Amino acid sequence: MLTESAVGVGESAQAQRSRSRHSRFDALVVGGSTGGIQALNELLPPLTRELEVAVVIAVHVPARVPSLLVPIYERRCSLPVREALDKQPVSPCTIWFAPPDYHLMIERTHTFALSLDEPVNFSRPSIDVLFESAAWAYGPRVLGVILSGASRDGSQGALTLRERGGVLAVQDPACSE
Amino acid sequence: MNLESFPEDADIERFTELVYRHFNYDFRNYARASLRRRLARAMLQFGFARLAELEALLLETPEAFGQVLQYLTVQVSDMFRDPNFFRAFREHVVPELGTYPSPRLWVAGCATGEEVLSIAIVLREEGLLERCLIYATDISPEALRKAQLGVYALDRVAAFTENHQKTGAACSLSAYYTAAYGGVAFDRSLTKRVVFSDHSLATDHVFAEVQVVLCRNVLIYFDKTLQARALGLFTDALSRRGFLGLGSKETLAFTGHAQAYRRVVPDEPWYRRC
Repeated sequence: MLTESAVGVGESAQAQRSRSRHSRFDALVVGGSTGGIQALNELLPPLTRELEVAVVIAVHVPARVPSLLVPIYERRCSLPVREALDKQPVSPCTIWFAPPDYHLMIERTHTFALSLDEPVNFSRPSIDVLFESAAWAYGPRVLGVILSGASRDGSQGALTLRERGGVLAVQDPACSE
Repeated sequence: MNLESFPEDADIERFTELVYRHFNYDFRNYARASLRRRLARAMLQFGFARLAELEALLLETPEAFGQVLQYLTVQVSDMFRDPNFFRAFREHVVPELGTYPSPRLWVAGCATGEEVLSIAIVLREEGLLERCLIYATDISPEALRKAQLGVYALDRVAAFTENHQKTGAACSLSAYYTAAYGGVAFDRSLTKRVVFSDHSLATDHVFAEVQVVLCRNVLIYFDKTLQARALGLFTDALSRRGFLGLGSKETLAFTGHAQAYRRVVPDEPWYRRC
């Protein structure tokens, strides 16, 4: 169901050394619209501590509805599921959701940063915003997953992520809701 | 925006150093990810591929700084954002404020004034406004100008109204505004008790003792160092047992200041100074 698009070219020496570490990635960033939430049911529960990644997710949910995503996935996943708070360290082996109606970013110091700047592609949280910051924070050591139904939001961020050496996977539209 | 138009860390450091030296605004300790985005947007709007071009513009044409400043600061906020926060203010903070003869409040980072009006409205509804003094500060002169006007676009009122209802208000928000200037103009008497002033949490100091500090969704744009400085100002400004109100996803947990405060209610970011 997930097809991997072209891997970022020109892997640096540092990236090659990083690959000899147990895990290929430090972060998995995921973006989706409400149509992509079903795909989270297949993506998230199988994730385990052995992967040593921080999973960070931005989904388009209605702004003024308290997010139910954390309690829903908490029950289904073996990894802890939490909502990202400002300046919280991005702990690995944890699934993090962007809070509703904030942009979520990751600093190069691997802490979360929130923003209330205007919506991007009519979306807040915006997938572009998360992916662009992840590209800067992790370079080649990030895997980005775009769930289909994400509208335009995410296409620019996906490009940036690949340009800085990360790997991108896109859900096959034929499998989406 | 694509990769080429995001400035590198070294560019940002040089830019913020220049802005500090030439214009006396200190962005050197702003949170980097959001600052990077804001600068990229400014570069896009001015048609520049490199941040150095924006620097050159500012050196040649200092009058352009006012416009650039608007990209670096929050321009739009909401009335009664997170209504339960204001409900908690009404139910838990206001009764305590009433025990002071002349309560003073400080809205730090008031932007275009929506939050100042929100606080003033709740205070009026609880019969306290006439005794209060509210300081409303921000670094942006343009934002302060709009805040003093109290005029907002018509298409924003429905959301404001709904939020206001959820705070436990007895009347409708429409009691406080009239249609004017192509939008809505809020009752001027609401800001009679408000002192608007420019003030920088990065470079300025405590100017008064207050019983309430509101600083919502401002600290998210500061790095840990600047956040610590700002919280230090608030702790110094607050009377003992005074109240600090933050944004809904902000917390004292990752700062050095958690010890100085106790949570007032479990679900809303209201803290009381020990």
